[in-house]
Amino acid sequence: MSRVTVDNLWMEYGEQVVLERVSLEIPSGEFCALVGPSGCGKTTFLRLLLAMERPTKGSIRIDGQPLAREPGPDRGVVFQRYSAYAHLTVEENVVLGLEFARAPLLGRLFGAKKRQALDEVRATIDAVGLDHARTKYPAELSGGMQQRLSIAQALVRKPRILLMDEPFGALDPGTKAQMHDLVRQLWRAEKMTVFMVTHDIQEGFGLGTRVLAFDKVRHDPDAPEAYGATITLNLPLDDKPERAEIVHA
Amino acid sequence: MGRRIINRHPGKGSALFWGALPFLAVLALYVIFSALRLAENPNDKLLPAFSTIADTIIRLAFTADSRSGQILLWADTLSSLTRLGLGLLVSTLLGLLLGVGTGLIPYVRAGLSPFVAVLSLIPPMAVLPILFIVFGLDELSKVVLIVIGIAPFLVRDLAMRVEAIPTELVIKAQTLGAGTWQIIVRLVLPTVWPKLLDSVRLSLGPAWLFLISAEAIAAQDGLGYRIFLVRRYLAMDVILPYVAWITLLAFCMDWLLRAANRRFCPWLERGAS
Repeated sequence: MSRVTVDNLWMEYGEQVVLERVSLEIPSGEFCALVGPSGCGKTTFLRLLLAMERPTKGSIRIDGQPLAREPGPDRGVVFQRYSAYAHLTVEENVVLGLEFARAPLLGRLFGAKKRQALDEVRATIDAVGLDHARTKYPAELSGGMQQRLSIAQALVRKPRILLMDEPFGALDPGTKAQMHDLVRQLWRAEKMTVFMVTHDIQEGFGLGTRVLAFDKVRHDPDAPEAYGATITLNLPLDDKPERAEIVHA
Repeated sequence: MGRRIINRHPGKGSALFWGALPFLAVLALYVIFSALRLAENPNDKLLPAFSTIADTIIRLAFTADSRSGQILLWADTLSSLTRLGLGLLVSTLLGLLLGVGTGLIPYVRAGLSPFVAVLSLIPPMAVLPILFIVFGLDELSKVVLIVIGIAPFLVRDLAMRVEAIPTELVIKAQTLGAGTWQIIVRLVLPTVWPKLLDSVRLSLGPAWLFLISAEAIAAQDGLGYRIFLVRRYLAMDVILPYVAWITLLAFCMDWLLRAANRRFCPWLERGAS
């Protein structure tokens, strides 16, 4: 279970208010699509969920517990770029999460333990369709394959919350459609709570079970920085059958 | 119409020819002027004939010195390379340790970064007398000079390389459950390793400079010592082969470091981007 509660969140950088009055109650398993124009704090909100930064005011709680103060394995992330480690092959990139968990000193497994870990991640690599590219380096993969690798990598630690920052923004339409199917499948299998930032409203409505629109509602023409964006639309897509199946209030 | 000159590329053989041309030109000039001077004065020492140089090389590289019983070229090479190797090793380790610390850990950065910045501005040759006073005239002061000369550059360079690692990658490692130490060994070190080798390659020039300077001022052996010793006798027949030898050594070290990069970092070679 991973219910996310956001209570009157404000984020300011110096004089500039980026987010204001953000309050949310997201049930466990919800697939939230964060939409809105550029510079409206969607990515900032994601960074706050990741605990890359601390909010100026307000709080975020997961299942009632305050959010950890730094990123951790309970919240996986897929960025738009710099997804995978260039010096590791596909297989090594995916198994990395297990190695961190099981080899505190070297962060690297050897021999039988390594083989066992590789066996464990095989299913994940297959699930994202990279089985034929196991021993390739990220630079040898196409953009779509790199994003699939990044997703597989994030899933290995079985995060309860998955954060994605425009994960498919740089992909062509055909690859995008494939990625949507993949993500939908994985989300149904893992029942994670997902937050996905996207510029593509259609993608948001297509994938999400809830759409969160960010925008500025207050404007001061003399001081454009004085007011931040907030959530202008919080729309659960109740008519989607899969929502009832996976989301638990 | 012929193509613009910026669009015309030499072929393989042609490139070889153009590459060899400056070397051949210098050699030819040397031979001509050496012959001219020797014709005027057979005892001229400034541009000795190749035969004289060859005799000297045989004496230095293959026969034992009558006074010390050592073969001078090899003894000099061994002492110089030992000093250089130690200096480079210590500098590299310092560069790694402090560079990674400064680049990754905010508290280390806050504590060390201004200090190293100031340290790197001290002209190393200016502190050479201090080194001689503090560490004595033997090996230690020469190694320390090399370290003072290149370690600050390596530290700052490595720190910048570490800071240049995209935040996304560091954050991702944390979401995979990595601790600081694991991030260092699995992410930071492999990422900066090729850059470290490149920086060490760039440091080879300064390292040789400091080595030869220190040897010129106070030493009992070493390549730099020999050159400056025989300078008094205008022994160009010794100096020229020594300079060529030092150049060859530097070239080989550079080549080895480059080869190590290719060998240990296969991901740099594979893939388009």
